[in-house]
Amino acid sequence: MSTSDVTHHTPGEQHDHHDDHDHHGPAPGLMRWVTTTNHKDIGTLYLWFSLLMFFIGGAMALVIRAELFQPGIQIVDPMFFNSMTTLHAIVMIFGVVMPAFVGLANWMIPMMIGAPDMAMPRLNNWSFWIMPFAFTIMLSTLFMDSGGPAGGWTLYPPLVLQMGDSFAFVIFAIHFLGISSVMGAINIVATIFNMRAPGMTFMKMPMFVWTWLITAYLLIATLPVFAGAVTMLLTDRYFGTSFFSAAGGGDPVMFQHIFWFFGHPEVYILILPAFGIVSSIIPTFARKQLFGYDSMVYATASIAFLSFIVWAHHMFTTGMPLAGELFFMFSTMMISVPTGVKVFNWVATMWRGAMTFETPMLFSIGFVIMFTIGGLSGLMLAITPADIQYHDTYFVVAHFHYVLVPGAIYSLMAATYYWLPKWTGNMYDEKLGKMHFWISTIFVNVLFFPMHFVGLAGMPRRIPDYSLQFADWNMIATIGAFGFGFSQLMFVYIIVKCVKGGEKATDEVWEGARGLEWTVASPAPYHTFETAPVINPDTVTR
Amino acid sequence: MSEASDNNPSAEEARPRSHGLVAGKMLLLACAMFGFGYLMVPLYDIICDITGLNGKTGRVSVSEVAEASAVAEDREIIVEFTASINQSGSWIFQPDVKTMTVKPGTLYHASYYAENLSNSAVVAQATPSVTPFAAAKYFNKTECFCFTRQAFEPRGSMHMPLTFIIDPDIPVNIDRVTLSYTFFRSPEQS
Repeated sequence: MSTSDVTHHTPGEQHDHHDDHDHHGPAPGLMRWVTTTNHKDIGTLYLWFSLLMFFIGGAMALVIRAELFQPGIQIVDPMFFNSMTTLHAIVMIFGVVMPAFVGLANWMIPMMIGAPDMAMPRLNNWSFWIMPFAFTIMLSTLFMDSGGPAGGWTLYPPLVLQMGDSFAFVIFAIHFLGISSVMGAINIVATIFNMRAPGMTFMKMPMFVWTWLITAYLLIATLPVFAGAVTMLLTDRYFGTSFFSAAGGGDPVMFQHIFWFFGHPEVYILILPAFGIVSSIIPTFARKQLFGYDSMVYATASIAFLSFIVWAHHMFTTGMPLAGELFFMFSTMMISVPTGVKVFNWVATMWRGAMTFETPMLFSIGFVIMFTIGGLSGLMLAITPADIQYHDTYFVVAHFHYVLVPGAIYSLMAATYYWLPKWTGNMYDEKLGKMHFWISTIFVNVLFFPMHFVGLAGMPRRIPDYSLQFADWNMIATIGAFGFGFSQLMFVYIIVKCVKGGEKATDEVWEGARGLEWTVASPAPYHTFETAPVINPDTVTR
Repeated sequence: MSEASDNNPSAEEARPRSHGLVAGKMLLLACAMFGFGYLMVPLYDIICDITGLNGKTGRVSVSEVAEASAVAEDREIIVEFTASINQSGSWIFQPDVKTMTVKPGTLYHASYYAENLSNSAVVAQATPSVTPFAAAKYFNKTECFCFTRQAFEPRGSMHMPLTFIIDPDIPVNIDRVTLSYTFFRSPEQS
C-alpha cells in the first residue's frame, strides 16, 4: 500500500475536465433504456427492476402470512400456498437481492475505481435485458393450468419431477437467470482487473469493489453447477435419464449435494456485497477510516473459500455418517471466525468515531446488529444434534430471514439512501428516511422474532396449516409482516420524491465521505472518468 | 490475480488490457464448473461405493470369496429381508425367507419372489439398501437380481436369486442387518 509514488492533484481539476463532456448526454426517448450501454443507465434499470420485484415477492410473502394468520385453511388452497413459498424465494433471491447488487455494482464500481464504464458495455445491456424475460416466463406459470412451481425453491426431486407442465418453464427461466448473472459477473471481474485507474491498486480498492470481485468469482464458480443440476432434472423428466431416479440407478439425495454445492456459496453471494456496502457507509458516518481494511479483505476471501466446504450442513437429516456430520459441523462453525472479524471491525470503526445517525448509518447499524442475530442462530443450526431438532422448522425460516431481510435488504436500503444524492443530485427527505428506518425495524422484528419461538416449539415450515399452540405467535408475525410490507411504500415515496427534486446535494454529499465517487459532480454526469483520475490518498476510501 | 502485487502505476498504464482474455478465462471457468456439476454424479457413486454410504452394498466375485476363507465361527448375525414397491406398479414382490441367521465369512443363498400382475410385458429394476449404513460395506454380494434389469412376461413371475457373504471384519456391535429392496418399473417402460 505504498502511496509515495502517487502524484497529488487537487480534485477540482477533475471536475473541470468532466464538465466538458456533459454534452454527450443520453439518447432521448424510451429506446434509450433498451439500447443503452451506459453503466449508470444499466445500473438504474437493475435497481428499478429489483424494486418492482421486491413488491411482487413481498406480495407473495403477504399471501403466505395472511394464510398463516390463523390455523386452518382460510384464504388460499394448499397448492397455491406452496407455489407462493417457492416463487417468493426465487423472486427475492434471483429477482431482488442479486439484481440490486448487480445494479449497485454497475453504478458504483466504475466510479469507485476511476473507470469510464464497464469493460463490456454491450454484454452488460444483454445481462440486464434477459432478466425481465426470464421473470415473465417464471411468473407466467402462475396462470397455467398446472399452477406455479410448488416444490420449494430448492427443487428437490422426486417432488419437483411430479410438477405439472410449468416445470419446463421454470427450468428455462432459471437457465436464463443463470446466464444473465454469469455474464454480469464476468463483466465485473474484467472491469476490476482491467479498468482500474493508474494507482488504484488492489489493496486500495474500496471494500465494496473487493467484496464484489469475490462475489463475482463465487457466481462464476457455482451458478454453472446449479445450471447443471436443473439440466439433469430436465433430462430426468423429459429425456429418460435417471440422475435422480432410483429406478434407473440414480439417487435423489445426490441432487441435494449438487444443489447445496451451489446453494451455500449462493447465500454468500447474497451477503458479501452487503458487507462491502456497510464497510463503505460506517466509516463515512463515524468519520474514521475503516478499521482493519486488510483483515476485511482476507476475511471476505476466507468466507468465500469456506463456503465451498460446508454445503452438507443443509442435509444433516439425510443420514450422513458421523465423520461427515462432524466435518460439516466444524467447517460451518469456522465461518463464524472471519464473519466475527468483520463484525468486530465495524464496531471498532465506530468506536470513538464522531458518529452521526443519518438514514444510511441507521440502516447500517441495524444491519450489523440484526445480521449478527441471524448469524448466531445460524451457529445454533450448525450444531448437528441440535439441527436434527431444528431442521425444516420455523427456526430455520427465522434464521435466514434475519440474515436476508435486516441483513441483505437493509444493506440495499442503506446503499440507496447513501448514494441516492449522488445519483439524482437531490437530497432525500431525511425525516421520512429516519421514519422509514424505525418503522421497518420495529415491524421486521415483530415479523421474524416470533418465528424463533414457534420454530423451537416444532412448527414445520412450508405448510399452510399448523397446530393450535402456534396460533398466537403466528398472528403477531402476520401483523409484523403487513406492517413491514406496507411501510416499504414509504421507501418508494422517498425515492420518487428525491428523483423529482429536493435540496441540491453537494459533490461530496456526506461530510466524512471518501472515495472517487464523491469527487464527481452531483448528479453524476452521464460520463465520468473518461480520462483516468489521479489517485489522491485523501480520496481513497480505505 | 497476479496484478495484485503490481503497485507501480506507470507499469499498469503500459500493460495492454484485453477484456477478451479475462472474459475468456472466466467463461472457461464457468464451463468447467458446469462440467464439474456432471462430474459430481460419478464421484458421488464412487464415494458411496468406497465408504458404503447410503447403504450401497459391495459386489465381489466368487474367487475373492474363496480367498477370504476365515469364517467367524463365534459370531451370528441376523439378516432381515424386506421388500417394497415404488410407484403404483401392479406387482407382488416379497422375500422367500424373511430372516436368516448367518456366520460372517460364509456364502449364503436367498431369493425374492416377484410377479407381474399386469397384462403387459415389463422390465423391472430392484435397488438395494442396507441398514445400518455402517454394515453396508461389509455386506457383499456375489450374485444378485439387482445387478441387472429383470424382464417379465405379461402375468409372468419368477424367483430371483441372491448370493451374499458378510465380511468377518464387520464391527462387533452389529448383530442385525436389514437388507431392503425397492422394486421399480424400469424408466424405459414408462
